[in-house]
Amino acid sequence: MSPKGSAPEKSSGAKQESKHDKQWLLSVYQEMCYYRRFEERVLQAYTQQKFAGFCHVHIGQEALCVGVQRALRDHDYMVTGYRSHTQAIAKGIPGRQVFAELFGRVTGCAKGNGGSMHMFSKDKRFLGGHGIVGGQVPLAAGVGFAINYEKKDDIVVCYIGDAATNQGQFHEALNMAATWNLPVLTIIENNRYGMGTDIKRTTSIDHLWKRALAYDMDHGQVDAMNVIKTHEFVSNVVANMRKTKRPYLLDAICYRYKGHSVSDPGLYRTKEEMTDWISKDPISQLGEYLKKNKMASDEELKALDTKGKEMAKADEAWADEQPIPPDEQAWQNVYAD
Amino acid sequence: MAILTYREALGRAMSEEMARDPKIFLMGEEVAQYNGAYKVSKGLLDKFGPERVIDSPISEGGFAGLGVGAAMVGLRPIIEMMTWNFGIQGFDQIINHAAKMLYMSAGQFSVPIVFRGPNGAAHMLAAQHSQTVEGMLHQVPGLKVVTSSCPADGYGLLKSAIRDNNPVIFLESEMMYAMKGEVPDEEHLIPLGVGSIKREGQHVTLIAWTKMVSRAMQCAEQLAAEGIECEVIDPRCLRPLDEELIFNSIRKTHRCVIIEEAYQAASVGSYISEQIHRICFDDLDAPVLRVTNEFVPMPYAENLEHLVLPEIERIIPAIKQVLYMD
Repeated sequence: MSPKGSAPEKSSGAKQESKHDKQWLLSVYQEMCYYRRFEERVLQAYTQQKFAGFCHVHIGQEALCVGVQRALRDHDYMVTGYRSHTQAIAKGIPGRQVFAELFGRVTGCAKGNGGSMHMFSKDKRFLGGHGIVGGQVPLAAGVGFAINYEKKDDIVVCYIGDAATNQGQFHEALNMAATWNLPVLTIIENNRYGMGTDIKRTTSIDHLWKRALAYDMDHGQVDAMNVIKTHEFVSNVVANMRKTKRPYLLDAICYRYKGHSVSDPGLYRTKEEMTDWISKDPISQLGEYLKKNKMASDEELKALDTKGKEMAKADEAWADEQPIPPDEQAWQNVYAD
Repeated sequence: MAILTYREALGRAMSEEMARDPKIFLMGEEVAQYNGAYKVSKGLLDKFGPERVIDSPISEGGFAGLGVGAAMVGLRPIIEMMTWNFGIQGFDQIINHAAKMLYMSAGQFSVPIVFRGPNGAAHMLAAQHSQTVEGMLHQVPGLKVVTSSCPADGYGLLKSAIRDNNPVIFLESEMMYAMKGEVPDEEHLIPLGVGSIKREGQHVTLIAWTKMVSRAMQCAEQLAAEGIECEVIDPRCLRPLDEELIFNSIRKTHRCVIIEEAYQAASVGSYISEQIHRICFDDLDAPVLRVTNEFVPMPYAENLEHLVLPEIERIIPAIKQVLYMD
């Protein structure tokens, strides 16, 4: 059985035909490099004990974040889980405000109230990083409900991890979204591990898109190590959703290179598995494609990466200089006026 | 003034508010076509249509969360829990999401939502349908917790709860839905955080809410025949709590019994008692006593249920004890 709309296929970015022009592809390459460098700096800062708490990074999963964001309109909504730094940046929150939030500074995107797991921007329609696995799926249903209620044509993207598909609230929310035709695009960032537990050990089905079958929901699977495929696939899904108003479940196959959080050494994975996935690295794949199609040289790609590195460095440097929240902030925003 | 039942008063509050503000919708199990499990939403589907009065699946966590998400982007949901015992399924959304969203987002996302439904024991519903939740929920910063003990208060407080920009837990009671009382004909709002003196007296203060208010009133009546004048205070809102109203009464009577359909530990009553002992210590002529549920799950058999709930047989001796009459 294969999902509606797409057949799972092995990554082969270099052979792929693309409608995307050179400038677009170079900017995608640069953006992915920036996110990787950003998260590397985050990890380094954490290791240097510049901040504490939980810290989950996205290294290896850049193609999904960028491919999805570029298929959306600015006006679309997004809600996500606790691995949210680069999704927040992609949705429009300046990286320096994300870094400042990690450092618990008052100029962070949640003024230091949220931290790594709780990035927010009302202005950018980024409805949070959330720390309760699967708890954001009903929130997305509510946003979809409100979009229909107000007769708008926005959609809401809801990112979840693979293991969230075993939460009751995920099923409750999918059922409501399907029953009432709520414009919710639920994207499973399927990196195959719920913390340190292989999804196969906890889940009765082999492909997570099959969860949609129970709700007669449109669904598909995409190779989310490949940004071009991801972008094309999601663009089609989104265009269709705006017409049909039907929700969609996307099983996005990807891999996180680092542990679940900084404290996780990842002993539950084999070296071979890691090496195999890293050979499909989203940034390298696009780089190879660009070179093969004579759109960029090694030097040009290196320059784009260097730019990303510098941007991340500047974000951290800015955050370093920011003030901590004033004491009175502890008592503010408990209740709205 | 019209005489309305408690359920009619709540229904009127929702109806008026929905007519006033098109962003308000009502969702819950059986609220629309069935007209409400307890008929609180009777007639609302006809009046406002299926876009605004929505029968949910039996998914309390799911539709509680749907309400929170809708509130984050500008709607004003009323989420009905058929009973708060089922509402416990939605506690993740209420406690982890609704209550904390404004704070986590540093003021960016408010959650104007009312979660309402019946709370506490009715009659022989046994352990899974007889719990009160105010003790658990008043401990959560970000939530407001509102009760009412008569139709007029239910009407005025529900309207204010709907207009509030925070998540409000609105606790009703199956045993009160048929209760009749006068409700003002003209629109009338009761601010959240303002309690009410239900009976004035100078000898002892009784503090109670929801259906325990009528227990307190019965006790007061019975004791009046013995020359004991009880002051009955209904705080109505448990968060925010009208502490001044309570303290002023204690300063007058110097004695207090708290009657509460909850367990003794870490409850609203234990908090009120602690506040009285701390703030009014020098005014007290006796330690505050509390009459609560026995610390057992609710039994089914009528005689056993009666033993577990704070009934008059246990309240009167407590009142006499603080008056040193026993």
